[in-house]
Amino acid sequence: MSESGQSPEAPAGKGVPTTGHTWDDNLRELDNPLPRWWLWGFYATVIFSLIYWLLYPAWPVADTFTKGLSTVTFEVDGEERTTHWNSRALLVRDMQTGDSALRQREFLQVIDDSTLDEVLGDTNKLAFVNSYGRGMFGDFCAACHQTGGAGLMGVYPNLADDNWHWGGDVETIAQTITHGRLGFMPDYREVLDEQQRDHVAAYVLSLAGYEGDAEKIARGGEIFQGREGGCHACHRHDGTGLRSQGAPDLTNDIWQNIDVAGAEDDAARRALISQLVHDGVRQEMPAFGDRLSDAEIKVLATYVHQFGGGQ
Amino acid sequence: MKMKHETIETNAGLLVILTLIVISIGGLVEIVPLFYIDDTVEEVDGVRPYTPLEQRGRDIYVREGCYNCHSQMVRPFRDEMLRYGHYSLAAESMYDHPFQWGSKRTGPDLARVGGKYSNEWHVRHLIDPKSVVPESIMPGYPWLARRDLAYDDIERRMRALRRVGVPYSINEEEYQANVERFGEQTARMLHIDDARENLEAQARRGNYDGDPSRITEMDAMVAYLQMLGTLVDFSQYDEGYFVEFR
Repeated sequence: MSESGQSPEAPAGKGVPTTGHTWDDNLRELDNPLPRWWLWGFYATVIFSLIYWLLYPAWPVADTFTKGLSTVTFEVDGEERTTHWNSRALLVRDMQTGDSALRQREFLQVIDDSTLDEVLGDTNKLAFVNSYGRGMFGDFCAACHQTGGAGLMGVYPNLADDNWHWGGDVETIAQTITHGRLGFMPDYREVLDEQQRDHVAAYVLSLAGYEGDAEKIARGGEIFQGREGGCHACHRHDGTGLRSQGAPDLTNDIWQNIDVAGAEDDAARRALISQLVHDGVRQEMPAFGDRLSDAEIKVLATYVHQFGGGQ
Repeated sequence: MKMKHETIETNAGLLVILTLIVISIGGLVEIVPLFYIDDTVEEVDGVRPYTPLEQRGRDIYVREGCYNCHSQMVRPFRDEMLRYGHYSLAAESMYDHPFQWGSKRTGPDLARVGGKYSNEWHVRHLIDPKSVVPESIMPGYPWLARRDLAYDDIERRMRALRRVGVPYSINEEEYQANVERFGEQTARMLHIDDARENLEAQARRGNYDGDPSRITEMDAMVAYLQMLGTLVDFSQYDEGYFVEFR
């Protein structure tokens, strides 16, 4: 080292005492005093910590700790409460008096005081709904219904179209969010054999406007309308579906659980419906009534209503 | 004996020991007081140890390294509260060994994910996350749905946890203490001798993976995820209550 690097006898070291320890024959460590700026910096941190200990929670003492002189004041049920400085108290105070929290609360209060129809009829309120609702929808709803509300074929209903299982008026949407939904159609694997399911499929397709074998349709209709299938109990005799049961309208060409409209030919369409009748349907939307406030549910309901399918 | 600079620097073993002592002091003064400060763990109703099925789900959560991307601690800030719900309490992870707080959030915090999505969504999402969240970068865990849950050793797992302080009961006395503390329904789930039956019963009743014919790792995983952060009813406490514990 000493041969290729700097000489240990470099001029900078002249007259300065060393630590007295020599490495590798002649490598020594100079014992300079600490630089002034560094030393003062060090003293400053010592003073800083003394002040910090005085102001904030710091030292453990037996089964508690020194709480510090600094305090936070917030309100609980209209009464003022003051406590030692801590991040939980700061949060409560921020939620009560912080600028953005107050603004948000003010707007949420306006929504809370309005009926759903009043929100829908007011551009100012809608502007808030659309900005606040976007974040909420992204967090609570988009996991299933997707960011734009288009849902997923076969699993999660499309909220952006004009076809509703449980009802598309804003009150019903709010109810759906609050209480959740359990969509249920029994499976018919034990009740109807393959041929019967095929006939029912032909009949259901005829309801939606597809052409098919008249004989099959007639036999399927008997099953659908009679006691054998009993489909009419939920889907109604005309096939438009009972909203109270979440039974879809079968008289249009909008399909939620199976991609009938995208199927190649009549046989493929019938196979899809037959399979669904065989398997049954069980779909659950969780309830958000415990998780979200009334105002937040109103925000979401009106936000969803505006996707384009609101009734 | 006077110890000189040179003595320490030329004696590697001594240097290591002295370094360890200095570093330990730094750690000890921060950690040890938490064990005897009364307010470290909040007094709160509802927190209970995991049921056998949830505990197995938690083991799988740890096995698959979920903590590498997901934290389980909602911090006391407004934005976190708006997104995830009430900030996490120390009490809520008092039966966690090891706790899953974490600080790495490649994915969202999961401390309050329980009840937020349906079981069916969780199954779909764990098998193939992109099928429900197109922009997700989370890998799929399809084997959870394929593999039968191994729970032959559930009693031993619970005994091990009991050793480190989780109140699973092994005799009548401990069981009665649990009845008093958690109520009868919960106490039954915490009795080690009945662990296997309890696990099977909960899996059957919950049918978390949608396949009632067998108990898979998915059943355990979803059971665990669906209870995360749901034990404390925060509406029971006023805004200032938990502040007093810090």
